[in-house]
Amino acid sequence: MAVTADHIRDKIIKELAAVHVDVEDTSPNRCAASFKVLVVSSQFEGKPLLQRHRMVNTCLAEELKEIHAFEQKTLTPEQWEKQKSQ
Amino acid sequence: MNSLIRSTARCLRAGAAVYLPRQADGRVLAASARLLCAAADLQKDLGNMVKKDKVVVFMKGTPAQPMCGFSNAVVQILRMHGVDDYAAYNVLEDQDLREGVKVFSNWPTIPQVYFNGEFVGGCDILLQMHQNGDLVEELKKLGIHSALLETEKESK
Repeated sequence: MAVTADHIRDKIIKELAAVHVDVEDTSPNRCAASFKVLVVSSQFEGKPLLQRHRMVNTCLAEELKEIHAFEQKTLTPEQWEKQKSQ
Repeated sequence: MNSLIRSTARCLRAGAAVYLPRQADGRVLAASARLLCAAADLQKDLGNMVKKDKVVVFMKGTPAQPMCGFSNAVVQILRMHGVDDYAAYNVLEDQDLREGVKVFSNWPTIPQVYFNGEFVGGCDILLQMHQNGDLVEELKKLGIHSALLETEKESK
């Protein structure tokens, strides 16, 4: 099954209770399946960067086996609001 | 030096996994060239590799010639902070290393950065740490004075 942006988005929303998810398929820029995601979830509250990224990695463990390059940005709802207003 | 390269080439042809960690200026540490015959050995060696140097990077290509945009970003960020003396392992030279380090770090992608034997993250995390000032702090904990602190002083 080919990994799609929609599949990734749905999985993140479901497993991380994300309030906002942006998934960009960056594969055309590279030679193989690549994605860039922005995840906003209150589950990230109080957690350092590495832990947040590991949460996303765990959520997408199966998909990442087939993904070649993966970029991610993880924000809490508060950080997301602040970033939007900048 | 040449005999080391010849014996390495022989080992690679024979199918055993050999990796030669290079210093950032491209020199090969003769003492670190090793023959690996099992994945378990690799995991044990990785444990030593990440502790041997303060800053360790697993990347695609070398600091002098990165072979991937994300690996290049890590090299550039470290360079900006004046960190030029670190251990860089090229995973493209060794498939076993490339897969083994992902298992070791429990992290799916390359590049991978270690500070004092502790996994820091990939390019995303390093970039965010650089942008929010955390990287300068972490380097200070390693006893490394970031070059950016000098530029800041000059501009004040």
